[in-house]
Amino acid sequence: MAAITPASLDTQVEEELGEVRTLWQDVWIQFRKHRGAMFGLGVLVFLILFSVVGPIIYRIDPQFSDLTVLNQGPSTSHWFGTDAIGRDMFAMMMAGGRISLMVGITAMLISVVFGTTIGILAGYFPMLDGPLMRVTDLFFALPILPLLLVVTLLFRDTLRTLMGPELGIFVMIVTVMGLLSWMSTARVVRGEVLSVKQAEFVTAAKSIGTRRRQILLRHIFPNVLGPVMVASAVGIANAIITESALSFLGLGFPSDFPTWGRLIFEARDYMRLYPLRIFWPGLAISLTVLSVNFIGDGLRDALDPRMRGK
Amino acid sequence: MVRFIIRRLLVAVPTLVAISLVIFLVLDLAPGDPTGNLPLTVPPEVREAMREAMGVNEPTWRKYILWLNQFFIVEPRFIFEDFTGVEIFDYDDPDNPPPVRILSWQSRGPVFDTILERLPQTLWVMGLSYVFGALIAIPLGIVTAYRQYSWVDNVGTFFALIGYSVPTFVLGLLFIYVFSVWLGWFPTFYDPSLEVTNWATFVEQVKQIIMPVTVLAFFNAAITSRFMRSSMLDNLNLDYVRTARSKGLTEWIVVMIHVVRNSLIPVVTLLALQIPGIFSGAIITEQIFKINGIGQLLIVAIQNGDIPAVQTITFIFAILIVLFNIVADVLYGILDPRIRYD
Repeated sequence: MAAITPASLDTQVEEELGEVRTLWQDVWIQFRKHRGAMFGLGVLVFLILFSVVGPIIYRIDPQFSDLTVLNQGPSTSHWFGTDAIGRDMFAMMMAGGRISLMVGITAMLISVVFGTTIGILAGYFPMLDGPLMRVTDLFFALPILPLLLVVTLLFRDTLRTLMGPELGIFVMIVTVMGLLSWMSTARVVRGEVLSVKQAEFVTAAKSIGTRRRQILLRHIFPNVLGPVMVASAVGIANAIITESALSFLGLGFPSDFPTWGRLIFEARDYMRLYPLRIFWPGLAISLTVLSVNFIGDGLRDALDPRMRGK
Repeated sequence: MVRFIIRRLLVAVPTLVAISLVIFLVLDLAPGDPTGNLPLTVPPEVREAMREAMGVNEPTWRKYILWLNQFFIVEPRFIFEDFTGVEIFDYDDPDNPPPVRILSWQSRGPVFDTILERLPQTLWVMGLSYVFGALIAIPLGIVTAYRQYSWVDNVGTFFALIGYSVPTFVLGLLFIYVFSVWLGWFPTFYDPSLEVTNWATFVEQVKQIIMPVTVLAFFNAAITSRFMRSSMLDNLNLDYVRTARSKGLTEWIVVMIHVVRNSLIPVVTLLALQIPGIFSGAIITEQIFKINGIGQLLIVAIQNGDIPAVQTITFIFAILIVLFNIVADVLYGILDPRIRYD
């Protein structure tokens, strides 16, 4: 009998079981069956293309204020019309989308990285569990929106002088939002780690002398990725809503920064005459949140082994 | 149970102390000057005297202790006096003047007086939307779960998705445009000076409160109805439901008495947890409809750098969150016999 090499083992397994799929291939197959999730993915890809690739095709500077065309309706030269100081609405929608999506994704990344780290540490090390979970409870009790409002207003000028108007406000909003929203991720991950660390493969890894770092990174972490991904989807949606709410209250990005929320804030006073200027950014925010929520739903189902094959 | 409540309340004390410290430090260490908004013609020594009078130059820990004392000891006494008419302080004794209350830097008046003045508007709008939200959500959750995947379920799911995907400020502005500007049914903004004295003013009041209440109720109902639906779905397939059916109970009794009562347990705790969130929601809704409630007070205080007012309102929000977390836990224990705390 020929020696068993990994390659021959693979073909052997394949002959016996049919095609071998990894976990993520399985997840993708299941995800594709979720109509809402596929719709969400499509819309999200469209919005990302719209705001990233769009400006290459539609070449009008969103900051340029053309005083000869104030408050114009949609036309061939300005697809969504212009605002009160003659800036092109369509170009501002694209620029705003870039910032809104970037804020959402970056804030989500900060909160997910933070939450996952704390969750894994609390779940794996019993010594850290108590104190870390107390801290989590404490953060849960903080009134997020008032605190965000306060912090953005108070530290805005300092950060602006430190890092410039654009980067300063971006870094601040993203950091504060990330640091005030990691708690639910931490809790879910902790629960997951508590159950995974009892699993036999972890005991096996320990028994062959795997280092703790390796166990955490190679064995525990990949197994909590599922809930982390669902939390990421929800996190993007929440971050985009929060950012636009801040901008809507006039306390987010400054006016030369047309985020979707900021556009609504500015269009508010002209609502009677030009309702479309609220409608488009409002639609964009809602569609983004809707699509991200759908994707989260789809991921949750796709990652749930009980749903697979249904 | 009583022991559990007492224990939870005791644990809440260090949490609240920590939160108060966070809120206090964020505001106190922030760069910014209460006299920064004064005209430049005010001479530096006058500026310094004003800062002195506001207590800005005190060391941080002293300000913190002073603020805690004002918040937990001085203010409750004044509020007690206001409500009962009993005088704790002897206002005529010159050697022993009544303690200083938390004073707003904008109005120079006590912050709590302004809060109590603004509270009714917030409570009316938020309370009504909360009640309506629950009244819509629970039946909707029952129907959508019982007729899973039917057209009712699809419509309900669709509205729930809109409810939590469209931010309240977008929905609010949309409502204003459609119902005020376009159809002209309701006034655009809330008029706080309106007093209900007769039928006509009552109708006016109802008209101006309808839109903010609907917008918020929509959002609350969206979340609660989904929760109720999934809770119902979990219960509908359990053995006790089959048992109830097999002993010949009518479908109405099986669903409405057996399933709904059990499904309501997590929903009721969710409803308790939503109460502090309602006050955060007030911040945005009051801004859209220009209601002079607590949320608007907070925004104006933030914009004007009125640190005592901001600290106090933010801390009140934090207390609400901690309190209703405990309420939710206790409710769970009372409603669900499987949970025993002792």
